Amino acid sequence: MKYDAIIVGAGHNGLTAACFMARAGLKTVIVEKEDHVGGAAVSLSLTPGWTYSNCSYVCSLLRPEIIRALELPKHGLQVIPYEGGAVFDSKGDYFAYMSDHDALRRELIRHSPRDADGYERYSRAVMRQCKFIKPLLLRTAPDPASMKPRDICELLYILKRFHNLGPREMAETVRFWTMSIAEYLDQYFETPMIKAYIAGSGIIGTGLGPYSPGTAYVLLHHYMGEVDGAIGAWGFARGGMGSITQAMARSFEASGGEIRMGSGLDHFTVRDGKVRGVVLENGDELTAETVVSGMDVRRTFVDHTDEKELPADFVKGVKRYRFRGSSGKLNIALDGMPTFTGAPKDASFLRGDLHFLDDMEEIERAYDDWKDGKWSASPYVDFLIPTQIDPTMAPPGKHYATIFVQYAPYELANGEWNDANREAFAETVISKIERHSRDFRKLIVHKEIRSPKDIEDQVGLTEGNIFQGELTFDQLLFNRPVPGYAQYRSPIKGLYMCGSSTHPGGGVMGAPGANAAREVLSDLGHKIDMGFSA
Amino acid sequence: MQATATSAPLVHLGLEPGPFHERLVAHNRQRAWMNWMGYASPSVLDTVEFEYFAIRNQSTLFDISPMCKYAITGPDAESVVNRLVTRDIRKLKPGRVAYCIWCDEDGQVVDDGTVFRYSATEFRLCCQEPQLSWLEDIAWGFDVEIRDVTREIAGLALQGPTSCALLKDLGLAGIETLKPFGIAGYTIAGAEVSISRTGFTGDLGYELWMEPADALAVWDALTAAGKLRGLRVIGYEALEMARIEAGFLLPKVDFLSAQTVLRADRASTPYELGLDWLVALDKPHFNGRRALLELSKKPPRRKLVAIEIERDKPAHNALVYHRKTREVGMVTSALWSPTCKRNIAYAWLDAPYGQTVAGDLWVEIYLQKEIRWQRRMARCQPVDKPFFVHPRRSATPPADY
Repeated sequence: MKYDAIIVGAGHNGLTAACFMARAGLKTVIVEKEDHVGGAAVSLSLTPGWTYSNCSYVCSLLRPEIIRALELPKHGLQVIPYEGGAVFDSKGDYFAYMSDHDALRRELIRHSPRDADGYERYSRAVMRQCKFIKPLLLRTAPDPASMKPRDICELLYILKRFHNLGPREMAETVRFWTMSIAEYLDQYFETPMIKAYIAGSGIIGTGLGPYSPGTAYVLLHHYMGEVDGAIGAWGFARGGMGSITQAMARSFEASGGEIRMGSGLDHFTVRDGKVRGVVLENGDELTAETVVSGMDVRRTFVDHTDEKELPADFVKGVKRYRFRGSSGKLNIALDGMPTFTGAPKDASFLRGDLHFLDDMEEIERAYDDWKDGKWSASPYVDFLIPTQIDPTMAPPGKHYATIFVQYAPYELANGEWNDANREAFAETVISKIERHSRDFRKLIVHKEIRSPKDIEDQVGLTEGNIFQGELTFDQLLFNRPVPGYAQYRSPIKGLYMCGSSTHPGGGVMGAPGANAAREVLSDLGHKIDMGFSA
Repeated sequence: MQATATSAPLVHLGLEPGPFHERLVAHNRQRAWMNWMGYASPSVLDTVEFEYFAIRNQSTLFDISPMCKYAITGPDAESVVNRLVTRDIRKLKPGRVAYCIWCDEDGQVVDDGTVFRYSATEFRLCCQEPQLSWLEDIAWGFDVEIRDVTREIAGLALQGPTSCALLKDLGLAGIETLKPFGIAGYTIAGAEVSISRTGFTGDLGYELWMEPADALAVWDALTAAGKLRGLRVIGYEALEMARIEAGFLLPKVDFLSAQTVLRADRASTPYELGLDWLVALDKPHFNGRRALLELSKKPPRRKLVAIEIERDKPAHNALVYHRKTREVGMVTSALWSPTCKRNIAYAWLDAPYGQTVAGDLWVEIYLQKEIRWQRRMARCQPVDKPFFVHPRRSATPPADY
């Protein structure tokens, strides 16, 4: 079969790129190894009556420009905001992150009047950084080594924005991009629980601890959605994260695109340094002069490309690119709403993200276990019960809990990820939750346990890294994924990358997919109308 | 180990009741509340118009408890306050109040407020925005204690021509001798009340400070005595009219704190705000002094000026033009002044407008006439502040009305 363009992988970035290309009139096909679309943004039913957001679980970073340009609401996407969140400590107190500004201030004052002030300063500082970085998301990162007018203009654009921050903020930006989240929060807060609550965002999905340099940026990456300003940009996708990719698939098909599911890629066909198409695992051969890979950079070029076709420096760059899976996931069907000993009656913050922590040191100790090749004895969990708001994911009165767990190593020091270890891992998490919710265990109807190894095997993310590669400064902007190849093109003509391994990185954001589509269309000489201006 | 059941209280969403809330609820026939630092503050109780005229004709009560209040005490208290604010606080005697501003290291205004001096070593700062972190930064290395007393002190503004008479009726001996910006201690309804002759209306008036537990008793005593003095409880909207006439600036409306802006160029200097008179460059080191020395040498890049506009329609949110074509600024606060019978406003004007160029300035006013909008260019000119001055504001002793 002959196509204008083939997209490998029906994850949110592959779908986003495909949508834009189909809209530009290209005969586009997506090949997907699973029988469903979604990649790491899926909703699957593993037990009758319940639907899980099996991997990603909160919609925060999906670019509003993309939602709009691809008409996702028309194709069924609804994002519903959730309120607040909380951290419970072992002494029976809690800190609730209230969605109402004044209530949050009173809650902060309850712990420390100084932290109430500190929070204002902190949120202002983070907001200033977000304002600086946000416009860069939907733009291709400039290559500083290039003399092309476009790269020079783009560099000047960034420099100008940087300069506009003023001398104090310029210094702050450099600190922010390189320092640890723990040191960053120490500047603003004194209450250990409050710091622990915020610090979680600095380590989610990252093989680093809160005291590791570089984690402050990871926090920013998570926060960009929250400070978006647009109502309804942060919350649950109604029906689970799969509803995002299902809406994208419908949008793609409405533009005439074709999705081939059930057989994954065997290899890219490459001749004379040019891509000619793909061969699937079932032997099907598809041809196209443009092939876009939504897989991470390691799978794309190490597993599915003949190394001989690639320059050595590129292969070296791909091989040293860091993945380091650090998180696992539990999806649990519950027979009812669990109660929390630490929560007062009628606490609305239970509808948000819940954590069980005393301080940042506890997260750091959890990280120490991971370095030793063990899952954390007292893990950091990001625990949500979306069915308190979303009526579509469990029968009335029943609930679904999504539990993101950090840290879990990709390779265990003692043994491998087998059923016994998976159960033991889940037991560690459940008994930690049980200390704060006595009825939690007995409400469990069904559970899905995913280690980093399972995430790699089932979803295809190398080492189970949820961002397709760590979000540290050495792997961002023009260094993502490999210096010289940060503009979605690979050394093979016609073969592009559109996954989270590329700028601006992971999270269900869609920006890498949209940026890649723009580069593809520009190479094909299309007049580009993405439906938004970056 | 099982976590123990919580004894921590639940912070509720929504507005918080202040110390006078019970009485305010009873008076608030419009059921109109606004959010002031998370407190339920009345915006209008029955009629804005009558509430406003009570400020200029009788006397009025307005709950100012949500103001942020900080106690600064200790051997180095004077040095700390003097380092904080741009005025020379060494000249402020005990029992006196001073209106002040304070700046960051770049000479950009952080906030304005009033400094109360109770003794050689005791100060209190009253302001709009939370300042605890800022104060603690300033106080590094000083022997001083800084405490947030916002919730420990209830405040009431008693403002209007009959306010002194009302207090005399309550038997406050010698209240008529209290000069503007003076502080004195009294007892009302058995409660200790500290009274300062200060306010936000530009009229004769006082601010009463007490413990929250005494708030309702003091309120009741004032409203009982107020029956013969035409006392009305007022909301924010009426006060807003009076403060514009009186020439006072409102943070978040007329200017933004350098601490809260996201865009660096949105902060403003004392010179841009026309508050040069509050900056004592001749005193020793204070926050922002070096930057202010430089800034004082050149004309500000823009300026907040008082303007008067032709005809009677207030110029809310209007843009300002030079020769009706070139956009040179914008209005922040606007009012048809019922007392001055002038159409007044504050506007930010880019240099040189409002400084060396004052002629041919126009504001673009949008008027809605039965759904249809009409655009009107109205001539305006910079004028001196305040718009409203009355000798009774500073007369000591004040007359009974």
